[in-house]
Amino acid sequence: MDTTTTTSTTPPADDAAWDELVSSALLGTDRRPPAGLAGSTAPRDMPDALLDAAALHTVRRRAGLRPGPAAPLPDPAPEDPRAPLPEAARRRLDQLLAGRAAPSPAGRRGAAPDLAELLPQWLALANRYGYKASPAALPALLDAARARTDLRPQALRLAGPRGLWLARLNPEWRFALRGTGAGGNLPSPQDPEGVRALWEEGLFAERVALLAAVRTEDPAAGLALLASTWSAERAEDRLMFLDSLRTGLSDADEEFLEEALGDRSRNVRATAAELLSALPASALAGRMAVRAATCVGLDRTAPVPTIAVEAPHECDAAMQRDGLAATPPAGRGERSWWLGQLVEAAPLPSWPARFGGRTPEEIVALPVADDWQGELHAAWCRAAVRQRDPAWSRALLGAPSTPPATGPGTSSLAERAQLLSTLPLEERARWVASFVAAHGLSEAFQLLGVCAVPWAEPLGAAVIDALDIAREAGSYPWSFSGVMGLAERCLAPEAARQLESLTARPDEAEDHSPGAGDYWAEAFQRLVSTLRLRAAMRAELMPPEPAPVQPSAP
Amino acid sequence: MNGMGVRRTAEQVLALAPDEASRRAGSKLGTAGPWSETGSGDGAVWGLCKGGGSTPYRTVVDTTGPAYSCGCPSRKSPCKHALGLLLLQAADGIAAEDAAAPDWAAQWLTARRARGADAGRRAGEAAPTATADPEAARCRAERRAARITSGARELEQRLADLLRGGLAAAGQAGYGLWEETAARMVDAQAPGLAGRVRELGAIPGSGPGWPVRLLEECALTHLLDRAWLAADRLPAPLATTVRTRVGLTAPADGVPVRDHWLVLAQYDAADSRLTTRRIWLHGTSTGRTALLLSFGAAGRAPQLALPVGALLDGELTPHTGSGQVRAEPGERFVPVAGPVAPPAGGPVGAALDAYGRALSEDPWLESWPVTLSGVVPARAEYGWQLADADGREALPLTPAAQSRPGLWRLLALSGGAPVTVFGECGHRGFTPLAAWSPETPGETVPLT
Repeated sequence: MDTTTTTSTTPPADDAAWDELVSSALLGTDRRPPAGLAGSTAPRDMPDALLDAAALHTVRRRAGLRPGPAAPLPDPAPEDPRAPLPEAARRRLDQLLAGRAAPSPAGRRGAAPDLAELLPQWLALANRYGYKASPAALPALLDAARARTDLRPQALRLAGPRGLWLARLNPEWRFALRGTGAGGNLPSPQDPEGVRALWEEGLFAERVALLAAVRTEDPAAGLALLASTWSAERAEDRLMFLDSLRTGLSDADEEFLEEALGDRSRNVRATAAELLSALPASALAGRMAVRAATCVGLDRTAPVPTIAVEAPHECDAAMQRDGLAATPPAGRGERSWWLGQLVEAAPLPSWPARFGGRTPEEIVALPVADDWQGELHAAWCRAAVRQRDPAWSRALLGAPSTPPATGPGTSSLAERAQLLSTLPLEERARWVASFVAAHGLSEAFQLLGVCAVPWAEPLGAAVIDALDIAREAGSYPWSFSGVMGLAERCLAPEAARQLESLTARPDEAEDHSPGAGDYWAEAFQRLVSTLRLRAAMRAELMPPEPAPVQPSAP
Repeated sequence: MNGMGVRRTAEQVLALAPDEASRRAGSKLGTAGPWSETGSGDGAVWGLCKGGGSTPYRTVVDTTGPAYSCGCPSRKSPCKHALGLLLLQAADGIAAEDAAAPDWAAQWLTARRARGADAGRRAGEAAPTATADPEAARCRAERRAARITSGARELEQRLADLLRGGLAAAGQAGYGLWEETAARMVDAQAPGLAGRVRELGAIPGSGPGWPVRLLEECALTHLLDRAWLAADRLPAPLATTVRTRVGLTAPADGVPVRDHWLVLAQYDAADSRLTTRRIWLHGTSTGRTALLLSFGAAGRAPQLALPVGALLDGELTPHTGSGQVRAEPGERFVPVAGPVAPPAGGPVGAALDAYGRALSEDPWLESWPVTLSGVVPARAEYGWQLADADGREALPLTPAAQSRPGLWRLLALSGGAPVTVFGECGHRGFTPLAAWSPETPGETVPLT
């Protein structure tokens, strides 16, 4: 503790004597005998005498150490009124956070659950119950959030105000103070001066967060804030601000977006047009409907009702102002490129009238003349996703039993997953369950990803059946590792019962792939133990029931 | 327990290695190439290993111990040859079972087994010899004391030479001088002195202010030498402390104390030879603080492990000697339920007082276990400190404690409000080891 903070009680005279001893020791007693000892000690004994004196001084100094002055005490962390985690859940969090540090060794995964994969789910559940993390877990939680951006929002929420207080003390946790994750530093939307000050002086991320917060509270005030500085913002900032309007987009935003159609920046114009086309009642949507109607209609001369397509012959200035890109990407024809954009931006509710009152299903089922079907259906798919239209999504997805390659709409699984995401959760699960039952798992991965967690019952059963069938067919489990991983995270824990029988090591049939049975047993064991673990995690997080009233003795 | 002649797996063999280098070197010798005249039988395995010289090394392993003998000059035990021999055996590379040992192996085995002692136990501590002859034991003790005495005299001479020529010269001389002296102290069977000398060697490279630190430590080493040379004139408890500091193991022969012990902290410190585990306990009714030490060869965890925050019912036998907190655990140590509360603590000034008092019992103490109550971690210009809640006095954390993750757990627990902290308080500052917040006083948060 040889610092200035802790002072010795030794008087100054003693300090001088000590300094004398040190310089004598440094130069050697032969060259510089210590003044205090020189008179009484023979030169031969000088080193001994010096060490004696130094020992006395050292022990006296150490024994007489006094505290130093205190630095200013830190401001205390803000109160966090949320409930502390139940004891078992707290231990579980420690375990999950420790599991993160030691990733499972490369190669085969064995039968043990992968704790790191369960952390996001645990955090989401804990936050849903409104718990706060225990203080001792905060450093590990912040470290985890630092290492994995996917955990960040949930981890910081659980860490709460004390987590932010702590993050301010350690440069490694700076990330927690940046951007929208922090949340805590934004002025209240009711505080116009605070809002104005931050809007004018804040960092970009703070301003985006502020805009979102104000808009949630009062959409008109949010737009007014944005409009107040709009023309002075840089183009890339205008684009980002505009993009942030996507959340909570409503007809009230139309006027602002219409003006943005005349923006200096082409990207800003395109984004404004895209947002407007997602508002089926907007004037832009109306203009698009008119344009699209001139291109797509019923061919009344055909023997059966057929859709005739006449792609646009030009992309005029008005179309370009409404967001159409005039130049197609390499390899695409101009006219089909313009048609695709038109149909994508046209409001879907305008089509039934155009096709004699037919429903979306009936429209999608109509034959399309001259090979335009692919182009047209793809554009409708994009429109259904952009306009969040479940009726059209349903029609374009078709029956789940129809193979993707021959169905309506699109054969791209990524696009189908997007269509699915516009459907209500329950319907999604049912649709994917039927799809898995009909086509197995190899194409289901992306579709499973948009289903709600935990998987609803018909879906869970369909996945388990499909895995069982794959095992029976003699393939190896790692061909399904993606779905297996999803199942570990997404199957309802109750499904463990159903899986029990699959964890046994089967007798090896002759025609089976060697060893596959063992690997499957191991994979199913891991699945079951992961589900058990998740059930335990869930139970641990359940808030304690209020103690039941004891029935009084008769 | 590995019974007679039971063969180890390669993994078990490698676990015997004293360090990583031996493990690698041993692995290379685990093939038949360099070996000749190998054989096994009667719980032993032997062979000749071609080394650098003209004659091969004679290697014998008594697998019942295990104990090792090898003609190589290595000071490690088991040496790489013994490891290689066992690996060869593990890989079925030694054909003859139940062969008769050649003379050179049989001699060692017979002598070893006749002693009936656990002479093969490889450890940093002196193996207690379990002979029944007290006279022989006394002679051995006297011989060792004499060697230590000559070691202490030699060290005194070296310190005097050093001071005569000046510490500045020592700073330039580098580490070699100290290594040689340390080796001399090992030869003199004074591991405590050897350890001190090694630390002296590290001081010149320890940054600004090193001459002061070097003089302090030289002076305390000198004090220890002097105390050893005059031990017969010291009060008995202090003499015991001096013997312990020099490196003689003293048996724990205090009066056993039974209590409910709260496990305050457990942490390991490792050097290249040895892992030392320190476990701090607090007796909830006696108020005693005790330190358990447990050792493991480098790279291996010590045997004893107690969960921090647990309450254990059991008996501790304290070591005697002034200023000693070390104790040995009894056979039975069982977890019990019960209210857990941190030890009673005081302000930072009281902690330094306690260290100062302890120094009068044992002037070589680096630190002393204390509990601080109502302290707030605060950042000063030089780093972190623990300050009394009234914001007047503070104790800096040791440099080591400043860089440990436990610091952040302490800060998180405090949140800027006063907490109770247990740790080691010494002349380098305070090392926090466990903390309790006022909201959850029953929960011991480890900071190690």
